[in-house]
Amino acid sequence: MSAASQSEAGPHPTLGIPPLPLAAEGRSGRRVLPARTAHILLSFVFLLLAVVPALALNLPALSGRVVDDANILDPATRTALTQKLAELEAKTTDQLVVVTLRSLQGTSIEDFGVELGRGWRIGQQGKNNGVLLIVVPSERKVRMEVGYGLEGTLTDAVSKLIIENAIIPRFRANDIAGGVTRGVDDIISVLTGDAEEWKQRAARRPDPATPWGTILMLMLALGVFALVFVMIVGAMPSHLNNRRRRRSASPWSPESSWWSGSSGGFSSGGGFSDAGGFSGGGGFSGGGGSFGGGGASGSW
Amino acid sequence: MNYAWSALCLARIPVLVASLALLVGGCGVNNIPSYEESAKADWSQVLNQYQRRADLIPNLVETVKGYAAQERQVLEEVTNARARATQVQVQIPPDVVTNPEAFKRFQEAQAQLTGALGRLLAVSERYPDLKSNQNFLALQSQLEGTENRIAIARRDYIEVVRRYNTELRTFPGVVWASTLYRNNKPMETFTVAEDVTRPPQVKF
Repeated sequence: MSAASQSEAGPHPTLGIPPLPLAAEGRSGRRVLPARTAHILLSFVFLLLAVVPALALNLPALSGRVVDDANILDPATRTALTQKLAELEAKTTDQLVVVTLRSLQGTSIEDFGVELGRGWRIGQQGKNNGVLLIVVPSERKVRMEVGYGLEGTLTDAVSKLIIENAIIPRFRANDIAGGVTRGVDDIISVLTGDAEEWKQRAARRPDPATPWGTILMLMLALGVFALVFVMIVGAMPSHLNNRRRRRSASPWSPESSWWSGSSGGFSSGGGFSDAGGFSGGGGFSGGGGSFGGGGASGSW
Repeated sequence: MNYAWSALCLARIPVLVASLALLVGGCGVNNIPSYEESAKADWSQVLNQYQRRADLIPNLVETVKGYAAQERQVLEEVTNARARATQVQVQIPPDVVTNPEAFKRFQEAQAQLTGALGRLLAVSERYPDLKSNQNFLALQSQLEGTENRIAIARRDYIEVVRRYNTELRTFPGVVWASTLYRNNKPMETFTVAEDVTRPPQVKF
C-alpha cells in the first residue's frame, strides 16, 4: 500500500477531515481504488452528458401545432393559429407547424429547421407535405422549412416573398404575433390557393389507408407456407396421420387451436390500420414526412 | 411412438427453414448491399442538387448582366466554372464514389463553382437596382435554397457512407465483406475544401 493512497484513505493527517463517504468500504483503505475509479467514471459520465447535447440538437417537444418554446405568442394567438393549422390539415393533409425557439444552440437556422422537421416527422408519410415556420427572437431570424413534397408549390422564391413581405415588416415593428399570423395566412393561401390543385390534393388524401398490397403479399406467403405444411403432412403414412389425429393435443395437428388461432389472429390485422401515423384526436404528431432543405430564411 | 416423433420432426422442417432464414438475415448478410444501395441513392441526391444549381446559373447570369454588364470578369468566371462543373459531371465515371481521383475532380469543380457564385453574389451587392429587381431576388432565394439543399444532401451522403464503410470494416460485416462481397470497396466522402469554408467576401 503506497503512502499516497494511505493518506487518502484515512482521515487527513493535518486537517483531520474524514474522507468522502463515497462507498461504505472507503475507510478500509483496500477499497479506495474502486471508489476512485467510480469517481472518475462518474465525472466521465457527466462529461459525456455535457458533450452529447452539444453534438445532437436538443429539440423541443412537439406539444401541438404551435410550439411556443420562446414564449412570445399570447394564448389567444396560439389558439387561433392552432385552429387554422388544423383546418389546413383537414383540407389538404399538409401539416404546418409554427415553432418559436429560445436559441439555435450554436447552429444555423437552416440546420435546426431540417433537424426539427425530420425529428418531428412533420408531413404525411410518402407525401412529405410538411412546413415549419420557425421564429428565433433571440437571433432575430425567421425561416420557412418546406418538406420535399411541397417544394413545387411553396418554392424558395415564394417562401422568401412571404418572409420579406408578410413577416419581417411586422417583426420590425415588434408585432411578433401579427407577423406570425400573417405569415401563416399567406402560407395557407399559397397551399390552398389553386382550387384545381387543392381539389386534386384532397382527392389524393390517404383515408386511413389499408395497405392492400402488403396484406395480399402476407396472405400469399401464408398460403404457400400452409400448402407446404399440408403437403408434408399429407405425404406422411396414413396410419401415422390417424395416430396423430387421436393425439389432438399435438400443436402440429391441423385441427389444433394453435393453427386456427394463428390464422385468425393474422386476418384481424390490427397492426396495419394506423399507416397514416396521425390521429385526428386531441394529440398532434408528425405523419412521417421528410425534409431536404427547401424553403427560405430571413432576419429582421 | 417412434413414427410420431419422426413425423413431428418432419412437420417442423418449414419452421426450421423459416427460422434459419431469419437467423441468416439477422446476422447482417444483407447489410452491405442494403447500405450500399442507400449510399448510392444519397449520392444521386447530391448529384441532383448540384445539377439544380447548375440549371439556375444561366438565368442568374443573364439577370446580373442586365444591370452590371461591366462586371465581365466575375460573370465569365461563373459561366466558365459552370461549364467546367457540368463537363465533369457528364464525364463522371460510374464508379466515382469508390474512385478517389474522380471524386476529387468532381468535388474540386463544384467547389470552384461555389466560389465563383459567391463572388458574383458579392459583386451584385454593389448594384442597388439589381438588388431590388424581383427576378434577381427570386433567383437569389432559389440559389440560397439550393446551396442549403446541397449542404443537406452532402451531409446525408456522408452519414450513410460512414455507416457503409463502418459495416465493411467491423464484425460481422467484415466477414461478409471478405467472403461474399469481395468487390465492395469503401466509398469516398466529402472533405471540406478551404475555399468552401471561407465565406464570400463582401467589399464596400
